[in-house]
Amino acid sequence: MSSETLLRVEALAKAYVPAKPVFADVSFTLQRGEFVCIIGHSGCGKTTILNVLAGLDGATGGHAFMDGREIVGPSLTRGVVFQSHALMPWLTVRKNIAFAVASRWPDWSRAQVDQQVLRFVELVGLGGAIDKKPSQLSGGMKQRVGIARAFAIQPRMLLLDEPFGALDALTRGTIQDELMTIVRRTQQTVFMITHDVDEAILLADRILLMRNGSDTADGYRPGNIAETVVNPLPRARTRAGLHHLDGYYPLRNHIVDFLVSRAKA
Amino acid sequence: MTRAMNLKAALVSLLILLVFLAVWQVATGGAGGAASQAGMTPEQIEYQKMLGKDPGQVKSAGFPTPADLGATAWKHLSNPFYDNGPNDKGIAIQLAWSLGRVGLGFLLACIVAVPLGFAIGMSPLLHKAFDPFIQVLKPISPLAWMPLALYTIKDSSTSGIFVIFICSVWPMLLNTAFGVASVKREWLAVASTLEVKPLRKAFRVILPAAAPTILTGMRISMGIAWLVIVAAEMLVGGTGIGYFVWNEWNNLSLTNVIFAILLIGVVGMLLDLMFAALQRRVTYVE
Repeated sequence: MSSETLLRVEALAKAYVPAKPVFADVSFTLQRGEFVCIIGHSGCGKTTILNVLAGLDGATGGHAFMDGREIVGPSLTRGVVFQSHALMPWLTVRKNIAFAVASRWPDWSRAQVDQQVLRFVELVGLGGAIDKKPSQLSGGMKQRVGIARAFAIQPRMLLLDEPFGALDALTRGTIQDELMTIVRRTQQTVFMITHDVDEAILLADRILLMRNGSDTADGYRPGNIAETVVNPLPRARTRAGLHHLDGYYPLRNHIVDFLVSRAKA
Repeated sequence: MTRAMNLKAALVSLLILLVFLAVWQVATGGAGGAASQAGMTPEQIEYQKMLGKDPGQVKSAGFPTPADLGATAWKHLSNPFYDNGPNDKGIAIQLAWSLGRVGLGFLLACIVAVPLGFAIGMSPLLHKAFDPFIQVLKPISPLAWMPLALYTIKDSSTSGIFVIFICSVWPMLLNTAFGVASVKREWLAVASTLEVKPLRKAFRVILPAAAPTILTGMRISMGIAWLVIVAAEMLVGGTGIGYFVWNEWNNLSLTNVIFAILLIGVVGMLLDLMFAALQRRVTYVE
């Protein structure tokens, strides 16, 4: 992994009520090829941070830079996978992804677009369902299409907003493994929101632990990243073998303890 | 299960129709007795005729029987395209005039309502700005515009088209605006992250997303337009199925009036079915 900094977030803040920012002074960086998860309770502002990085939302303070340039709006260099898959229900799987590919490379021929679509549909193992509408797919398959769509535009960075939140545990495990395989193969830089501790441990090289804003004896304290945990486990890991690895339980306990006792304090 | 149900429903429908026809027949059929010619010399019959009391004529009770209607319907439908001058045209020609006016007025309404509805749906400012006008103009009976249209346009046929336009425009405008405004935020977010240009976003994301709602508006508009055209043509006269109804009323030909009423219903149903089919084509399952 190179140590080139892809994303730099400096003193980011978001306030809906000026006196009580949801979070303030959030700073972190992402190296190229790195997989970073952010974990925290609902309402701490994770999704807002992701939306700012995606360019869909504006921060009230601070800056985010990608490749040294400030993020001011949405860009094709950042692919987003939404929690609710956000597929267009009137288009087939093929056309959903083709819409993204044709937006990324407007001067491509139809054949080129179709080739790119096929490649990424195969990558998520949905070759057989390529001409189906989203309503004919299961939740897990829909999310796979969402992932394929984000990967197909070959972005510099991938932003995932709790992509597996709505899936059942079994499907989630399978897709997590698939996602990891694809990310490792493509050297993709990923920033992902999750609620699931095991998911974070499985996928992330680093885990940002975020605490909610709260009222303390010294007054209101906005949400912030309380701690950054570097994942000590070997990079080649699978969901099935995860809990046999040395260091898994201490890491898991540390994160769970944080979520239970410190995140909302 | 549904097949059996459909069959039963069709049988009951048929039964209702037969009962209706029977009641109609009983109510109208018995009244028309012919005066007897028996026991009259030819001179006497002729004398009676001179007095306007034709004893051989089958006296009509006024209201036609189902059989009369059937005969009239057959007469009209077997020769629908004749044209014997201003007051005597085939039923298909009259219908074509009405459909033409409805089609033209409706098309003009589409051209205005869909883009304007798009703009209103996209912009909360425009929505608020246009809202008072729409709210005031929408409840006005389209026929109330007729004098104004006749005065300014100075052509009765074009005025009819204008009336169709004005009554079709509101449901389409409101439904388009509503459909566009309620496009899911996430689809727009996808389009933004893909840096989709505004025009492409409008045609490839917002239009298909709002299409079912827009089509619903068009279906309502078409229904209203078909209601209004009959009244409008009764007013402006000349041609069209509405004029035919009024003309036949003036001729006291109730059979023709009833036939026209039936035809208006059937054509209205076909128009509605057409829009229902279009609606099914653009509807998506989430």
